[in-house]
Amino acid sequence: MSDKITNILLVGVGGQGILLAAEILSETCMLAGFDVKKSEIHGMSQRGGSVVSHVRYGREVFSPIVPEGEGDILFGFELMESYRSLTLLKPGATVVANDLCIPPPSVLMGQEVYPADLAGKIAERFPDFILVDGQQIATEAGNVRAANTVLLGAVSKRLDIAENFWLEAIERMVPKKALAVNLQAFAVGRSLA
Amino acid sequence: MKEILSGNEAIARGAYEAGAKVACAYPGTPSTEILENITRYPEINSSWATNEKVALEVGIGASFTGARALVTMKHVGVNVAADPLFTLSYTGVNGGLVLVTADDPELHSSQNEQDNRNYAKFAKVPMLEPSDSQECLSFTKLAFELSERYDTPVMLRTTTRISHAKSVVELAERVTGLAEPQLVKNPAKYVMLPGNARGRHYLVEERIVTLSKDACSMPINRMEMRGSSIGIITAGVSYQYVREVLPEASVLKLGMVHPLPFDLIREFASRVDKLYVVEELDPFIEEQVKAMGIAVTGKEILSLCGELTPGRLRKGFGLPESEQSAVEKLPGRPPNMCPGCPHRGVFFTLNRLKAYVSGDIGCYTLGFMPPLSAMDTCICMGASIGMATGAVKVLSPEERKKVVAVIGDSTFLHTGVNGLMDMVYNKGAATVIILDNRITAMTGRQDNPASGHTLMDDPTNAIDLPLLCKAIGVQHIRTINPLDLEECERVISEEMERPETSVIITDKPCVLIKREGVFTRGKVLAVDAENCTGCRACLKIGCPAIEWVPSSGKKGKAHIDPLLCNGCDVCRQLCKFAAIQEAK
Repeated sequence: MSDKITNILLVGVGGQGILLAAEILSETCMLAGFDVKKSEIHGMSQRGGSVVSHVRYGREVFSPIVPEGEGDILFGFELMESYRSLTLLKPGATVVANDLCIPPPSVLMGQEVYPADLAGKIAERFPDFILVDGQQIATEAGNVRAANTVLLGAVSKRLDIAENFWLEAIERMVPKKALAVNLQAFAVGRSLA
Repeated sequence: MKEILSGNEAIARGAYEAGAKVACAYPGTPSTEILENITRYPEINSSWATNEKVALEVGIGASFTGARALVTMKHVGVNVAADPLFTLSYTGVNGGLVLVTADDPELHSSQNEQDNRNYAKFAKVPMLEPSDSQECLSFTKLAFELSERYDTPVMLRTTTRISHAKSVVELAERVTGLAEPQLVKNPAKYVMLPGNARGRHYLVEERIVTLSKDACSMPINRMEMRGSSIGIITAGVSYQYVREVLPEASVLKLGMVHPLPFDLIREFASRVDKLYVVEELDPFIEEQVKAMGIAVTGKEILSLCGELTPGRLRKGFGLPESEQSAVEKLPGRPPNMCPGCPHRGVFFTLNRLKAYVSGDIGCYTLGFMPPLSAMDTCICMGASIGMATGAVKVLSPEERKKVVAVIGDSTFLHTGVNGLMDMVYNKGAATVIILDNRITAMTGRQDNPASGHTLMDDPTNAIDLPLLCKAIGVQHIRTINPLDLEECERVISEEMERPETSVIITDKPCVLIKREGVFTRGKVLAVDAENCTGCRACLKIGCPAIEWVPSSGKKGKAHIDPLLCNGCDVCRQLCKFAAIQEAK
């Protein structure tokens, strides 16, 4: 195993299920035999604020947060939050983003405008960019709530971890009755990347 | 067996493995999940206390019978618990007692970023500081052993990045064979009257000297010798940043940050050319090293404010920083009250009535945010009522009417009730609104003495808030539906006019409560685009379910997201054009 640490950032809006996705990702890394650390801020996460979760894995991980400007992969659940977090990435990083816009309070109240063409702007800076319509694909797979698993599938192709560890982590973390839908969502996500 | 655990989960596991019999806390970010996770171990009697002082007293009582007890709180909670803590230092323990303080550098979810290492020095008790989840587990177990070996409470300090970070942990079995708890009579040790306490003080001073000597050979304080050019003394999460950013540096990693292992520090200092201390917040270690007459660099290059990050450490050491791509200013995404939150109508009304709002700590502190913008002060748990009393003592009768204290049910029972007793006793002419949403919401829906359930989810006695206020002597107590704007405005303005103490209690639950039969979602509302004139009146409550949909120029219409709407009906009451109706 090399000394390389892989730095992943999961970003979005409180209530989107980011913490569970980060749990599945960390579990996968542990099952694959890596050291792993995961860090985020709780407390405000249910109140619709921005959420950033850090997952780092490798032979030995020290800092629980991704050093500034060293993110390898951005895993975005919402477009503006994905764009906002580009500052955390290293040049040439991979961006996997959900094609979903959730307006913040100032936009809801008509005081500010949700920025236009964020997907285009992300693609300009980070050519390794995968835009995923997580909601649509998850609906087709049988449940809109599996959108995060679609994204996880897309991210999984960019990491050096065998598929069986992902499937085992999903089986461990996802409730039994939702498992089939999530495995299907994961497979579709994986085929996109 | 290996598991990925957060620092908080690992502390809970550590207490279990150490054979703890009692765990007690008041919720507070970032400490809350310790007690929530300890409920997985039925061997431990776990409970939410009314406040941190009571939590520690419960722990002390259990310890004196010989049981191991864990008490947890956020950093500012130790301020509340400081009174018993300082004398507990004198009595010492019987069963091990571990007090977890979860500090919050960077104020991710707090009103200040005080450095509670100072409490260990002030109270003259040892403090351990873990650097990851594995150490959270092993240090918790060690803390119980040290507590009994040295007859002292032991503090375990985490920070947000330790409490809420997850890493791989090796689990073990629970210890067995600890003595059964029983009543112990030993007044010379446990009754701190001056005659007894004077003698105990000498023991406290001897204890800290012994601990400092013994700390030099404790494996949790270790020298990691690499190059000799730079040596860094560090602890907690800062250790991880040092290893990340300065992998070649020699490190003295302190697992015990009070008392310091002075001889070990001297030895380490002698083996490196240049000595640094890397620590968050106060120069706690640095000042003590300087007092030893050793040259050391610390806060000259690192801030006294905020948390450390790998980037901030690089900057302090003059290392090249990673290139970061800039992004233009984007609309912010602050936290907000939920759709259907029962607090929203009250703050909308207080804003309309131009009240001076003496605020408190909880979800309703978000009433500060625009467009509600109805909070003028916020200091600490329970402060709203006492501060309102203070203000009305000196204001003109006209200004006095504007003073309204707002406080949640859990915060009221935490320390607000004392403020209300004082207000009644001293005839304070202010209005107090108890925002009773049946839960401790901000920290993630914990039960409290008014919710009718314990931490273990067992049904229990629920404090009757109107009766409690009556017993205190409040003459004017009114209960209102906070989702009825007309009622809110009528009752609150009447009570603000009254030149006496009055209490208004709201009676709608938090929308996030999952327990059956508490919160019921109302009928989802929708905007009839035909009738909507685009007047924006419904936007003034800042509900996340209501969206302004612009058309050309300044025109536009409101839209309600049917997935988010909880049917509280507040926006419908604001629409003069009957454009908001039940969704079809």
